Amino acid sequence: MGMTAEDIGAIEERHPQIFQRPAYKRFWPLVLIAGTVLYLAYALWFFSLPQVLKESHWERLPLFLSQWISYDLQPEFRLDQPQITPKYPRFSALGENPNPDWVIRNPDGTFTVQIDGEAKSITFDKTRATIVANGQTVLVSLTDGKPEVSGPVPNWVTVHDDEVVAKMGFVGEVRVTVDRVKVRKRFLGWANFVFDTRSPFFGKSAGEVFSLIVSGPELQSGTSNLALAADNIWNNAQWQHGDVWTKLLQTIVMAFLGTLLGGIVAFPLAFFAARNITPSGLLSQVLKRFFDFMRSVDMLIWALFFTRAFGPGPLAGSAAIFFTEIGTLGKTYSEALENIDDKPREGVASTGANGLLVQRHGVLPEVVPIFISQTLYQWESNTRGATIIGAVGAGGIGLKLWEAMRTNSNWANVFYMVLLTLFVVFVFDNISNFLRRRLSRTLHDYNRLQAAQG
Amino acid sequence: MTASATIHSEATRQQADAWRRQTSLRRFYTALGVGLLLVAMCATMWFADEANAGHFFERLPHILDFLSWLIPKDWNDVWRALFDIASPHDKGTQEFNFPLGRVYVWGGFYIPEYFELMLTTVNVALVSTFIGFVFAVPFSFIAARNLTPSPILRLVVKRFMELLRAFPEIVIAGLFAAIVSIGPVAAIIAIGLHSIGALGKLFYEINENIDMRPEEGLRAVGANWIERVRFADLPQVLPNFMSYTLLRIEINVRISTIMGAVGGGGIGEELKLSISRGFGAKTLALVLLLFVTIFLVDQFSAWLRRKLVGEQAFLMSA
Repeated sequence: MGMTAEDIGAIEERHPQIFQRPAYKRFWPLVLIAGTVLYLAYALWFFSLPQVLKESHWERLPLFLSQWISYDLQPEFRLDQPQITPKYPRFSALGENPNPDWVIRNPDGTFTVQIDGEAKSITFDKTRATIVANGQTVLVSLTDGKPEVSGPVPNWVTVHDDEVVAKMGFVGEVRVTVDRVKVRKRFLGWANFVFDTRSPFFGKSAGEVFSLIVSGPELQSGTSNLALAADNIWNNAQWQHGDVWTKLLQTIVMAFLGTLLGGIVAFPLAFFAARNITPSGLLSQVLKRFFDFMRSVDMLIWALFFTRAFGPGPLAGSAAIFFTEIGTLGKTYSEALENIDDKPREGVASTGANGLLVQRHGVLPEVVPIFISQTLYQWESNTRGATIIGAVGAGGIGLKLWEAMRTNSNWANVFYMVLLTLFVVFVFDNISNFLRRRLSRTLHDYNRLQAAQG
Repeated sequence: MTASATIHSEATRQQADAWRRQTSLRRFYTALGVGLLLVAMCATMWFADEANAGHFFERLPHILDFLSWLIPKDWNDVWRALFDIASPHDKGTQEFNFPLGRVYVWGGFYIPEYFELMLTTVNVALVSTFIGFVFAVPFSFIAARNLTPSPILRLVVKRFMELLRAFPEIVIAGLFAAIVSIGPVAAIIAIGLHSIGALGKLFYEINENIDMRPEEGLRAVGANWIERVRFADLPQVLPNFMSYTLLRIEINVRISTIMGAVGGGGIGEELKLSISRGFGAKTLALVLLLFVTIFLVDQFSAWLRRKLVGEQAFLMSA
């Protein structure tokens, strides 16, 4: 049973606000979408996005990401010396006397390097190399002045003019030329996270370290082994635990101090800025523009100025957050004050209390939970913001992160700091959420009590 | 008669005592809290001062010296720097080489360098907010408890957005700077990813508070999930979504400025250089431009938000 044209007409007549809307109301979504599309086309041109994307190196992304949680060792074997000896880079993760069990000196004078057990390995002497991977064996002859592959070349091997490269996926790669063999072997995990290679505890198992600390002879006379171990960990040259944790604490301090001081200064000012409480309308306007100014000058500008004034460090960062927060908290506080219920205030005033007492007993109980909640919210967001501010020189973990990233080689360190930052943000989010929930419950109970008492 | 009065006053006295005890306990806790906060404040102040390159009281007398380079000898230089007009003080150094930065658009018509940089910063903020919005909307419907198509998917999306929100933008920017080259595109990706998480959270909290009756109506006539979201849920939440997106634009303009200072292109970089080299006129011009832009963006967004959702737009977190 369908509807007749009359029914439809009747419905249209009954609801003109739905069926006969003015043209601008009907078309504004279309205009908005068209505008967005046009803007995006403009942005595409503005940032010359096609060209940037064409020139980008997406193949680096998995490499960088794998470096977050792994490290590699790169032994090199010179073939043009009388004796083939493995050489490791100066600051390799193996320490000063590397003798890993995956580099094997065979009785017949050849070397075998196991990149992933027997299945992915290379065996070589001065005349030829045998590369094994993916169930295939590739023979490389090194006698004719350039490396030559005999037999078919599998797709994981690339033959260049003077070099044969065999890529073995995540575990590493082998590069063979006539005068050297270069191996890169990749390990999952973080190398030397606890003790670096200079430490006397380097290379010892957890049990050995423990027994040394508990009952071993003093490794360095004059200091206990426990103090030595702690010192070695704190000053680990590769991971710089001490420095990283200090910088992290600086970031936390910046957010805490900046927000707290901002709140302390904004608190009295907000009363003079709130339209319903201020003694003078002019003062209210002046203060509100002052708050806008502090906010609009922006944390970056304050950070750069204070870095110049106080030198780089957490003091500059705290001051930057402090100044921005005067604006932000001043604005939110005064808005909260403007939204209060006037009755308690009138009640207190009718008993003859002076101005200060009216604020204390008529206004404060109502707004303090809101103030604290807003301050906590800002504290939370500043903990995150302090990381970025740090990168321009305002102290904290930000600068350290930025420096570690600039070399593009220290991604494991970057990831370590990221994990710490994520942990801090997570903890502070939860503290702040917990406190705000408690507060809102208090507020809720208070309102219910008020309602119950009429 | 007298007996009952005694009992009555006895009960009252007990009540009064209980009240007094409670109040003094409360006062004690408040004092304790404030005391702890003060101790923490002093300790952190000392720590920050100790770790800083220059110390507070040592540098304080020199604050005004630092301001002295900021005040240009010739105030007209501020305008000249802003509009790339040649300065009579130009001696070939970078301090007054204003006309060099002109971006010629058409014949003799040019955009002054700083306006072009400001435009870059604003565009970074707009594009990244757009990316955030486009992804946050579908994510928010999946992550809302009352609308989600699957609880497992909901958990995954929620955790993913949390991660995006907490991940330091500067690391994402650094990572992508190595991939798409240093500049605004890396900043867009970093701020965009962060915006997905930030907007997604706000959006799904709105979604969880909607009126479910239109949704039930559509379910009754057999609409599928996409149709329900499109016709029952989206119309309810769109004004609020827009309002939060506008708020995000304000925040992203600031972040994009900071990103610029660490290599993300735009005005931040120029400002950092100019402050670190002590170019007074250039710094003032940049600060003025940045201040006015942020102020205008804030005011425009506040105006639009008020039109969209009324005064409610300003009760951010209370």
